[in-house]
Parts: sequence; C-alpha cells; structure tokens
Amino acid sequence: MAGITKRTTAFDDENLSGRSQKLYFEVTEEENYTYYGNHEVDFNKRTSIDCEGIDAHVLNQKIRDAIRKGYGSIVIKNPGAKHSLGVGILNKLNLIFEGSLGYFGIGCIDGPTVRVNGRVGWSCAENMMSGKVVVENNAGSCFGAALRGGDLIVKGDAGARTGIDMKGGTILIGGNAGAYTGFMMQRGRIIVCGDVNANMGDSMYDGIIFVGGEPHSLGTDCVPGEMNEHEVRWLEQKIKNAEIDCKVPASKFKKYVAGRMLWNYDNLEPAEKKGILG
Amino acid sequence: MCGIAGVINKKKTVNVGEQMGLMLQGLKHRGPDSTGYAMYGTPLKKGFVMRFKISENEAEKVNATVDSPADLKNRKNAVDSILKKHGAKVTKESSSTPYAFRYIFDFKGDLTDLATEIETVEKTEILSIGKGLELIKDLGDANTVSNQYGLDKFMGTHGIGHTRMATESDVDIKSAHPYWAFPFEDVSVVHNGQLTNYWGNRRVLERKGYRFNSNCDSEIIAVYIADKMANGIELEKAMHDSLDELDGVFTYVVATKDQLGMAKDHMAAKPMVIYESKDIVACASEEVAIRNIFPHEIKTYDPYEAEVKVWQA
Repeated sequence: MAGITKRTTAFDDENLSGRSQKLYFEVTEEENYTYYGNHEVDFNKRTSIDCEGIDAHVLNQKIRDAIRKGYGSIVIKNPGAKHSLGVGILNKLNLIFEGSLGYFGIGCIDGPTVRVNGRVGWSCAENMMSGKVVVENNAGSCFGAALRGGDLIVKGDAGARTGIDMKGGTILIGGNAGAYTGFMMQRGRIIVCGDVNANMGDSMYDGIIFVGGEPHSLGTDCVPGEMNEHEVRWLEQKIKNAEIDCKVPASKFKKYVAGRMLWNYDNLEPAEKKGILG
Repeated sequence: MCGIAGVINKKKTVNVGEQMGLMLQGLKHRGPDSTGYAMYGTPLKKGFVMRFKISENEAEKVNATVDSPADLKNRKNAVDSILKKHGAKVTKESSSTPYAFRYIFDFKGDLTDLATEIETVEKTEILSIGKGLELIKDLGDANTVSNQYGLDKFMGTHGIGHTRMATESDVDIKSAHPYWAFPFEDVSVVHNGQLTNYWGNRRVLERKGYRFNSNCDSEIIAVYIADKMANGIELEKAMHDSLDELDGVFTYVVATKDQLGMAKDHMAAKPMVIYESKDIVACASEEVAIRNIFPHEIKTYDPYEAEVKVWQA
C-alpha cells in the first residue's frame, strides 16, 4: 500500500495500480482549482425554479443565471422526467430536483452537490468531473458513463452498463446493478451492495468493483481480487456516508479487479490476439 | 431509435385511446415518421372486427393515395365479394380515410383462408382481425393519427403503440408498427431495435406458410410469436424463447386479448421504463411518456437484460 504510507497531500490516498499515473497539483497553483467565470455562491441563499412547461435548455440557463446572482441552493420543482436537465454546471452548488429526471440528466457537471428525489433515466451524470450526486430511487442504464471523478450514489437499483468507460470517481449502488456493469472501466471504483447481472467488468482495464451480493458472471478480463483492511474501512465509511442501509457488512464484500489479459494487447503476436478475441 | 409504449388497465374499461395518444405524443422525438396504435376494446360477443387498408398514404397529413378513386372502389368491392364468398356477413362498416376501413362481420369459417384471400387483392393489407383488437397506423405523429381516425375516445382495457424512426425499410403504412400476428386474432407487437438474423428466420417461417407484408425486421417478431402460440406455447414461454432465437438488440411489447407483455434482449441495449400499480401498468421507452398520463411523481424502474414480463388485464 505504497500510496498510503507515502501520504504527502490530500490527493495521495488514491491507491492506483497498473500503469495509471499519479499526477499531483500544487495547492499554491490557484489556476488548477478555479475556472474562468466561476462564481462565488452562498449556500444559505435559496431559490426555486419550476420546470413545468419549460425546456431543458431554458431551465439550465435559469440555473446558471441563479448561480451568477449568488444563489447557492436551488430547488427544481416539477422536473417531470424531462431529458438533459441540470447539464453542464461547473460551480459549487446545492441542487435539489423534486422529482425524476429523464435521459442525460446532470451530465458534464463539475462541483455541485445534487440530490434527485426520484428516478433518473439513461446516462445520468455522464462525464461528471467532481461533486456528489444522490439519487433516491432507481437509475437507468449507463449510470455514470465515462465518470471522471466525484461520488455518484443511487439508493435503488441501477441499469445495464453502469460505469461504462469510467475513468475515476466512485459509483455507489444501494440495490442491484445490470449486465456489463463496469464495462471497459479504466479507473475508479464501483460499489454494488446487491447483486450484479451478467458479464460484470467486461473488458475492464483497471479500477475496482466491490460487490456485496453475487455477480451473475464475470466478463473477459475481470478477476477476483483480495480485499485489504484499508479497503474495508473505506467501504464502511462510504456506505455510511451515503446513508445506505446495506445488509452486507463491508468485510463480506467481494473485490474484483482487472485481470489485464488485454493489458499488453499491442505487444502480442497475431495468433495470441486471435486467442483473446475468441 | 423508435419509441414504444404499452398500457394495461386491470379489470376495468377506460379511455385507452386517450392514454395511448398522450404516451405516444410524448415519444414523438424518438420517431416522427409514423405512429401506430393497437388497442383492445370490449371484446365482441359475436363476430370479428377487422381493420384493413387498400392503398398507401401519399404523405403525412395528405390523406390521399396515388391510386385513382376507381381503383380504390374496385379493391373495396373485391374485398366485399371475398367476404361474401366465405360466408362472412358485414354488419357495420366505417372508414376514416379513402384507403383505410373498419368492418365488423359475423364469420364461422377458417380465418386464415379468409385473411389470405383478402390479401390477394392488389395493395390490400389486413391490419388486424380480432374480437377486441383494432390496429390503426398511419404517417405522422400521435395526434395527427389520433385525429385522423378519431381515437381519442376509444374505450378499452389495454393497448400498445409505436412511433417510428425508419431505419431499415421505407416510410409507409405497411412498414409502420404495430404488427398484427397474422392470422391469429387479437395478437399484436411493437418493437424498438434491430434484428440481425431477420432473413434466416424469415425463410424458416415462410417455409411454414406465414406471410410477410413488409421488409421490416419487426414484423418477424409478431409472426414468430404467432407461430409459437399456434403450437400451443404460452405467451410468456414464447417470449423467453425469442430472447435466444432472435438475434440483435431489441425491446418489444406484445399484447393479446387480455395480456400485455414486454421482453428485453440480452444486451439490454434498448430502453424501457415500467410503472406498476394496483390498477394500471404502463411501460414506455422513456419515463417522460408515462408522465404524460401521470403528472405526479411516480416510482418507475428499468427492467434488466433478458427480462420478460407479462401482465393480465
């Protein structure tokens, strides 16, 4: 556990394996932490926006206008499962949806804390960079696709291809997850408190999947790994923080990692490649 | 990227036409080419209701055909005489467009023979025959078709519908969904996806004597289910079998006289959202469609891969 013993900065506890590179920012370099156009908001300054009868792009513009005015807590009423709501918010913010979202909800966000008091459709929080998202009900397929960072939590079940192509961050699922969960994941962690359907972790390059129940079957390149104490503590804390009532104790979770059969794929002979592709 | 929807009201008759219209209009963005409804009214005690067309719609909202009125009249007369020849007695007839008709008729003979012969008439296709099933499809969005055929007051228990984005065949009525499972009364199917072993399956089914009216891959699901049911296999079992025997990415919804079912392929690549309550089950490609009939917050879920569900009216 070199990453823990050598702890030097807040970012140093990310215990990466494989060829993933560790890159650290200097805290003194302010430009690494701020955006052009980033606004100071006051979390005690609250407002609400009614989504009834307006399109996603109008609502998203209204959210941005409210941020510009310094509102730090925004409640969205009547989202009505419309698509692409809350997309592209690059600011710290408390955003609460009083209902369900459709497809591509809260995609490409960087910074906000979002609570969805309902369900989310396909590709929720796609390409999320940082922040925290909590979904109270179920999630559709491709939950957290290409996730880069932050915490993505669903208290119910998630659909197929959860965490497809994810490159960082944590996805936490209170219920079960669908087929091809962790498909082509490259970094980050997925925690599933329930069961996972077929072909879990298919073609994964790196990253870790923790499963409380049973995976129906493992995909190519996904192999069981060994849990260590640090991970058990980390799991316990994550599940507790997310306020998920998980029946399985953290120590009983199973860990799955990349078998890296495809890792040196480019160096293989044609016959060997054929063998892998089957 | 088509849109599919289905709704079933348990043990009560409601305005299912309005329910389906609202849901399908909510899916308009998934398929603007054509819209189809398959709705189940109160089953007739005696006789059958038949929906058929004798030509193609020229373009959306045009409501006209390339064929002359004389041709249409000849074809309609030909259908009438075939019905008469088989001993079918038409008790009621109506039409909303010059090319689409609704007949109620008494009949005691072989439905397959009758249907097969009717379809020998040029450009004539039976959209549906059943005790309760009425299948209506045309070019345009849900409201256009609903207004054209007066569907907003259709009373029944359940229905399925489809908004089509044409990918593998033409934009015309014959390639529009839903598909009736010829020649089985009261069975219809809507589908979202692509089937990759269409031609192989079609050749097998054609050898068994089934007819295909379009080159649309979705038609095969209706015929496939019909073939299974003809061999005494239950709907749910037939749907489970289809997951292994039909190849591709697909989600489909099937309805019979008193059942509604949905199936999702092994890859779970096509969407479906389900809302279930004590009185009603609604399923659609997107939650936004279901929310058109339930404006308040509801608890919905996605079925998983290779999942089959069947609900009873």
